[in-house]
Amino acid sequence: MGLAVQYLLNALQVGSVYALIALGYTMVYGILTMINFAHGDIFMVSTYIAFFVGVALLGSALHLGAVPVFLATMLAAVLGTATLAAVIERVAYKPLRQAPRVSAVITALGVGLFLENFTLATIGPEPRFLPPLVPVGRIVLGGVVISTVQAQTIVLSALVMLLLDTIVRRTMTGMAMRAVSWDKFTAPLMGVPVDRIITLTFALGASIAAVGGVLYGMAYTIDPYMGIRIGWWAFISAVVGGIGNIRGAMIGGYILGAVEIFTPILLPSTYRDFVAFSLLLVFLIFRPTGILGRPVAMKV
Amino acid sequence: MRRRSLLVAAVVVVVAAVIVVLAVRSRAPTPAVIRIGLNAELTGGIPVVGASCKNGAELAVEEVNAAGGLEVGGRKYRVELLVEDNEDKAESAAAAAHKLNTAGVLLMIGPNASRNAIPAAEVAESAKLPMISPWSTAVKTTIDAATGQPKKFVFRAAFIDDFQGVVAAKFALQELKTTRPAVLYDVASEYNKGIAEVYKKTIEAAGVSVVAFETYTTGDKDFSSQLTKIRAAGADSLFLPNYYSEVPLQVQQARRLGFTGVIFGSDSWGNLELITLCGKECEGLYFTTHYATDIATPKAQAFIKAYESKYGKTPDDVAALTYDSFGLAFQAIRAAGRVDRQAVRDALAGITQYEGVTGVMQFKGTGDPVKSAVIIQIKEGKFRYHSTAQP
Repeated sequence: MGLAVQYLLNALQVGSVYALIALGYTMVYGILTMINFAHGDIFMVSTYIAFFVGVALLGSALHLGAVPVFLATMLAAVLGTATLAAVIERVAYKPLRQAPRVSAVITALGVGLFLENFTLATIGPEPRFLPPLVPVGRIVLGGVVISTVQAQTIVLSALVMLLLDTIVRRTMTGMAMRAVSWDKFTAPLMGVPVDRIITLTFALGASIAAVGGVLYGMAYTIDPYMGIRIGWWAFISAVVGGIGNIRGAMIGGYILGAVEIFTPILLPSTYRDFVAFSLLLVFLIFRPTGILGRPVAMKV
Repeated sequence: MRRRSLLVAAVVVVVAAVIVVLAVRSRAPTPAVIRIGLNAELTGGIPVVGASCKNGAELAVEEVNAAGGLEVGGRKYRVELLVEDNEDKAESAAAAAHKLNTAGVLLMIGPNASRNAIPAAEVAESAKLPMISPWSTAVKTTIDAATGQPKKFVFRAAFIDDFQGVVAAKFALQELKTTRPAVLYDVASEYNKGIAEVYKKTIEAAGVSVVAFETYTTGDKDFSSQLTKIRAAGADSLFLPNYYSEVPLQVQQARRLGFTGVIFGSDSWGNLELITLCGKECEGLYFTTHYATDIATPKAQAFIKAYESKYGKTPDDVAALTYDSFGLAFQAIRAAGRVDRQAVRDALAGITQYEGVTGVMQFKGTGDPVKSAVIIQIKEGKFRYHSTAQP
């Protein structure tokens, strides 16, 4: 029993990060029907921003407490990554808005390669750990061990997702996003600034990925190519949940987290990617709209 | 239309120029230069290994050139280093070997990780290009897969995993007194897999059963499933024969999941980057490796001093083994008496003993040296000598 709970907690931790990244894929798809393949690499950049800001803050003479350091790092990563995504959207994707969809996808792949190799060239290939922003501790309940990082990841991710869901459903901006995803051509007639909303969607998706980036960086090492694999897994999460559907992306993220944790328990660990991509294939063949996606489902 | 024909003309001119340049270059008389290729992991999963290898190589080449070059058959040759990045990928390692072969190097040093050295060794063997891997310890590197016989052109400066696995197992049983050993290793990497299997075999031959033998795949970052299983199996020791870039994550995750037993590893840990990444959590852990800087011989001390003054850091085992690989290569090239791959290969095969900075290597008719291993303990953020294991 204790063991099963332990596995479940581990799956929730990994799944939270996948869900946060999957949201970016799904929001951009919802609004532009475009897969932003650079999203995994944008996530990677967020972890590096967190790394440098975290190191600077911990090394500074300010001697801030753990909570201010953590919040400041998170804020810097979110703002930096959102700006990067907005710039990428304006420079690389907007000029291609009228081009065939495949052009945008290829451009996205190119942007991803650029980010990977730019990081490689400027920062170097060594894997790094984020400095411990928050004191690392363990909570032991029966046979179950919860690390503080794990608890933080699960709770914070859930809060961020709740916040996003509220933004999209309850605010004017959210309504504008839904309007653009519904009908890009009619929305401007209703006074929705389409270009601004699209840029905002990219920035919002990147911000959420950055939250995931900080949480991920506190638990695992970061390197310039980390975005490739995680990006693919998050993409599968988005497709499994129903691409274009926000709640679907959350569910998909947790499912992929479970795949990551439970595959090595039941099968040899080399089957992880095999299981994940099989899941993608099965969904694409039998239910391309995913678990929650329906032709009339709310998109964004 | 006009622009296109201009473009075509430009391309034609460029291609023609390249052809002319190549033709002129190939006709030029051979200068007194010996080119040695370096096939190293400069990017990819273990970049510090590639960097150390390159540093060790550049130091060795610089020293020999400063001494007036290599004297072969009465003529002095300057040594030129050709560095190729193998990206720590099997296919790129083979491609880099092809590229160096085509570039006409006399001999190739590297790759280091066995997963890269094995495919590159296949290329070297079929191209009849002498190769010395500084750091590859997997048995397969020097064995011809088709015949099971030793390869003719492939040599190494490191001991082999059959030996290292036995050393690790004996250490676990006799010094750590483990009764419930566990292993977590990368099943997709030759080195990790080879050493884990020898370790398990040796432990079980001593009548102790391995309670958990868990695997992962190169690049994985979450080991919580495997480590939870290991903890649940009641393991009292954990052997991690994995690369320095992944070990800190494994140690950290094991501790966060509440594993309290002793953790130890193999020579793939021997990189100061491990301590940078791992911090306090690796304090007190052990690993088997090639040499220890704190018990260095005079020759090793000279090397350590030269390396430290050139690069400002202590040479790790890869740097030392690369330096030794070049030492072996230089000795063989001098002994060959002519700049010819076959002659160099024969001279390499003729070396029976070589005293390197990583200790005395004895060759007994194969490309694998017989040498001792040391066990290192991590203390106060430094690699400290613990004991020596003789072959």
